[in-house]
Amino acid sequence: MSREKFKRIEGRSPAFLALIAGLGILVLLGLGSAWTMEHHGHVITGMNNRIVWGMPHVFAVFLIVAASGALNVASISSVFGRTAYKPLARLSVVLAIALLMGGLSVLVLDLGRPDRLIVAMTTYNFRSIFAWNIYLYVGFIGIAGVYLWVMMDRTVARFSKPVGLIAFVWRLALTTGTGSIFGFLVARQSYDAAVMAPLFIAMSFAFGLAIFLLVVMVSSGGTGRELGDATVRRLKNLLGIFIGAVLYFTVVQHLTNLYAAEHHAVERFILLDGGIFTTMFWVGQVLIGAVVPLVLIYAPVFATNRQAIALAAVSVVVGGLAQVYVIIIGGQAFPLVLFPGKIVSSSAADGVVAAYNPSLPEIGLGIGGVALALAIVAMAVKIFALLPKTLADAETGPT
Amino acid sequence: MSCGNNCGDNKSSRRSFLASMATGAAGATAGLTLAPGITLFSPAQARSKGEAASSKVRWGMLVDASKCDDGCTACVDACATENGWQGHGNPATDAQWIRKVKVTDPAKGTSQTLPMMCQHCEEPPCVDVCPTGASMKRADGIVLVDKHSCIGCRYCMMACPYQARSFVHESVTDQRTHAPRGKGTVESCTFCVHRVDEGRQPACVEACGGTKRGALVFGDLNDPDSEISGKVAQYPSQAIRSDLGLKPGVRYMGLDT
Repeated sequence: MSREKFKRIEGRSPAFLALIAGLGILVLLGLGSAWTMEHHGHVITGMNNRIVWGMPHVFAVFLIVAASGALNVASISSVFGRTAYKPLARLSVVLAIALLMGGLSVLVLDLGRPDRLIVAMTTYNFRSIFAWNIYLYVGFIGIAGVYLWVMMDRTVARFSKPVGLIAFVWRLALTTGTGSIFGFLVARQSYDAAVMAPLFIAMSFAFGLAIFLLVVMVSSGGTGRELGDATVRRLKNLLGIFIGAVLYFTVVQHLTNLYAAEHHAVERFILLDGGIFTTMFWVGQVLIGAVVPLVLIYAPVFATNRQAIALAAVSVVVGGLAQVYVIIIGGQAFPLVLFPGKIVSSSAADGVVAAYNPSLPEIGLGIGGVALALAIVAMAVKIFALLPKTLADAETGPT
Repeated sequence: MSCGNNCGDNKSSRRSFLASMATGAAGATAGLTLAPGITLFSPAQARSKGEAASSKVRWGMLVDASKCDDGCTACVDACATENGWQGHGNPATDAQWIRKVKVTDPAKGTSQTLPMMCQHCEEPPCVDVCPTGASMKRADGIVLVDKHSCIGCRYCMMACPYQARSFVHESVTDQRTHAPRGKGTVESCTFCVHRVDEGRQPACVEACGGTKRGALVFGDLNDPDSEISGKVAQYPSQAIRSDLGLKPGVRYMGLDT
């Protein structure tokens, strides 16, 4: 690809301006939600002393996990040398940065004391995986920025492979760190498992690629760029493999727990009689997040059907949110086991499934984070030459 | 609540204090020599202001569940009054530094109640996971939250096996000067550190003693002559979730297990 094969978008069409305006309003609503939560306290949210992490964390973790996955297309191009992915590499990096910024914004604005962010940035407890994650997240944005620079500046283009390798390793570390936030929680029946780290990596591959595929389809359609069947086929087939990987690690996660008698109760809760969580697991995560997209991706009847492929990507996003919800909220809703084998009750709802009703400000904050990520991408493709002029089959090549 | 930047400054005063002890009434009782032959005695384990906590002490509590009555909330009430965490009528979001837990054996149908609070673990997971180090353990084993550096991320609450921590969900009023609280931060039982440092008993222990039940014993687990050490040595007791290996400072006896 020569340098002039990338081009900024015009960014003057009514549709683009409407998109920016719409995203801007959602970002403002998110900020308003955060302000309301901080002003009144978290009492106005559905979170409580049992469900300490709620919808903001579902959105934040989803976005952060998806961010590292969105970088995969760039990695496939520069680390694994698949030139067909090169036209998409710049967008891949920008989407990764944007998703991470959106997720981190939600995470930070949900803090009880977001005004003390400077404390979090300057005072570290290195035994905490959270503290490590602060480095991993900030480092990821820095490395991705350098990665984008070496892609766009021909004078430093020779560094794209080593920088790409560093970015790839870093993103694996980042998602390992995010999964370990839960994997290191020895107290909770549904976490405390090393499989959380590879599970989160598989999730990041699927969620990130699904969002990337949608962004490519929307940006190509919206700017009149040709999007060849070969590119779509590559991306959707890759998405199918990643969905399979998430399913595999999900099976391992639950089978491992089912093998240990002490975890039978929590597995029964998630898989059989956990109400909303059981529904979200089977209908949200498994059916919508895996079965439906796999059919849409691999059924010959949908082979080149763009709507079906877009729907598959949307299904992965919806199923992914359900999966993160089940992990985060479901994991907390199941009561802590203080006295194994005994019936426990208290004024703090010991021994019973915790209630959680997400409030509008929480959801508003989460959606604001999604809107911020998309707004960053929209503005970036207007300011920088990130999108290829064409993704026609003749340009991207057969591989 | 932390010694913060004052720790270093206090070293010299601590040395001079210890030196005065050595020349005065050396031994188990802390005393200050005012003049030759005149010594001011203070409770055995009180600390002077600014003196750092010592790892020679390991504060702990022994709960005798067999003496804890269903319906009695003296310890809970005393803690709330002492530390000013009275709720707003919503148990889900109100702070509960200490709560009464009812444990029923489904096989026998028998029940017991016992107080549950921060177990002041020797290996506290809340301290491990806290990104800023706001969750901390003093040298004498008391686990605290530095209210100045807690950012309200609640990871400590995710990590605590005892659900012992509360997040301050709304504005607080009528705070006690010895127990600062703040909306958006996490808090939990401090073992009434302000009292302990003065050589007094935690409010819950005092209140339980006031009911004549005496289900709570507080003291130095490192001191073989303390009441708590004697009871721990004499009677079978256990830590809750001992399988986690956190070595809590709170132990329970009289459990119908």
